[in-house]
Amino acid sequence: MWTKEIMMILLEGVGNTLYMTLVSTFFGYLLGLPMGITLAVTDKNGIRPNRIIYKILDVTANIVRSIPFLILLILIMPLTLLIVGKTYGPSATIVSLTFAAAPFIARMVESSINEVDKGVIEAAQSMGAGTFTIIWRVMLVEARTSILVGATIAIGTILGYSAMAGVIGGGGLGDIAIRYGYYRYQTDIMFATVILLVVLVQVFQTIGMKLSGRLDKRKR
Amino acid sequence: MAGIIEVQNLTKVFETKEGEVEALQDINLSIQAGDIYGIIGMSGAGKSTLVRCLNFLERPTEGTVEIEGRDLGAMTEMELRWQRSQIAMIFQHFNLLMQKNVIDNICFPLVIAGMKKKEARAKAEELLHIVGMEEKARAYPSQLSGGQKQRVAIARALAGSPKILLCDEATSALDPQTTQSILSLLKEINTKYGITIVIITHEMAVVREICSHVAIISKGHLVEQGRVFDIFSHPQTKEAKKLIIGGNEEANLNLESRQREQMKGKSCIRIVFSSNSSFEPVIANMVLKFGQPVNILKADTKNVEGIARGEMILQLPEDEQMQESMKEYLKERGLAVEEAEGYVD
Repeated sequence: MWTKEIMMILLEGVGNTLYMTLVSTFFGYLLGLPMGITLAVTDKNGIRPNRIIYKILDVTANIVRSIPFLILLILIMPLTLLIVGKTYGPSATIVSLTFAAAPFIARMVESSINEVDKGVIEAAQSMGAGTFTIIWRVMLVEARTSILVGATIAIGTILGYSAMAGVIGGGGLGDIAIRYGYYRYQTDIMFATVILLVVLVQVFQTIGMKLSGRLDKRKR
Repeated sequence: MAGIIEVQNLTKVFETKEGEVEALQDINLSIQAGDIYGIIGMSGAGKSTLVRCLNFLERPTEGTVEIEGRDLGAMTEMELRWQRSQIAMIFQHFNLLMQKNVIDNICFPLVIAGMKKKEARAKAEELLHIVGMEEKARAYPSQLSGGQKQRVAIARALAGSPKILLCDEATSALDPQTTQSILSLLKEINTKYGITIVIITHEMAVVREICSHVAIISKGHLVEQGRVFDIFSHPQTKEAKKLIIGGNEEANLNLESRQREQMKGKSCIRIVFSSNSSFEPVIANMVLKFGQPVNILKADTKNVEGIARGEMILQLPEDEQMQESMKEYLKERGLAVEEAEGYVD
């Protein structure tokens, strides 16, 4: 049963899952971080209130987040085709993962930044700091622990989503679980993929919490 | 003479769900360069809003604020930011960057101003020396006490070489001893570097301790302003009297209510001694001269502008003519005398 071939498939699955998760998280933050910052800054209690921009981003985030991931996966297939050139496999999954994760990440970044002490921001304003300086040197610095905790949660969620993409041939561990465990009734392979997924989430969670704990200078 | 800070007809209205709230109404202030100017009032009086109008963290609804003759309202965003860098501010809760160590916190305004990191660090080391915190350069704010945090905040405020320092309840979160040491540091900064200091507080003790001038704010109005000694000896308004006699002597609360009982319906006066008038036994001589006893209801000394001042509340004999001549007698000897009725609610 545990042939070299199966081991290679599982190993490749782990590789693909990591590839999808990490690349999607990266692109997710590329979109979600500026979006979250803009949400926090243009909020009516933010440092640059702007109702129109806030409302547009707010509604966009809510719409995308309310579409179930599997539906979103199918819904944006034309876009995936345009960007990657095909609608299956790990690289194609990254497109939908990124779009699904970005608004989720934006919301977490927004709440992390909103937690930053308003007094510190006021102090920076009293020194003559502009909006960009406050974002870069106050908000992101003071919120970095919270943002890192958010990233840990985001990675876990994206990893879970990436497994779901297995249904439409997305590649990675989820794909293996469905093809071997569900279609071919090879329950042991399914168990193996589940255990591997659990281990991966554990590893990311531990690394994330260790890192954010070490970077936090508030308690010592 | 035009002051370093000129506030004219300043009004601030906040829009809230319950409608418009007038936080400040028609405030006029003139603060001269080198002053330590106290702005005192009960919480909710509008003093924190007023100090934020001085650097336009809050934009006044009406009226003007001029710093060294330049109207803040007419400035562009860039000019205003530059102007703010010349007006430092410290806060009740210190507002340090919690994720940066002491030296990086002090460098912060310099980095904003575009100074090179190496130069900024050298300057920050100097400032640490001024506030007496050299040993804590690498510590994080969470490892410091309240007083130490405020010292770091003061060093940070001085980094931009400001002409004006605004203090928003800067000692309100500190214990009395730490308050003392922070106040003497502020005083030192004022004399050594000639920085004009504006102090917002609800504690009369703070004003008495270091301020040269004071403005009293009540319910959004400026009710009285002038030199601290003048207001301490001749308060004109009810609010001023309340603040002065209320002071911070919580221990005297019981005593005060007893006094109030005694003072009801009787003729009481409040007199203030300056240090030179304490040589002559004025009260004793007066009693001997008029052959009538007076009742001393309260006697206290307070530190005003760094000089010890005696304060006494006397109950005079019933005879009105006698009262008048006694008041005359005290005034002739250079004491500040006034009716004490305002002290009783």
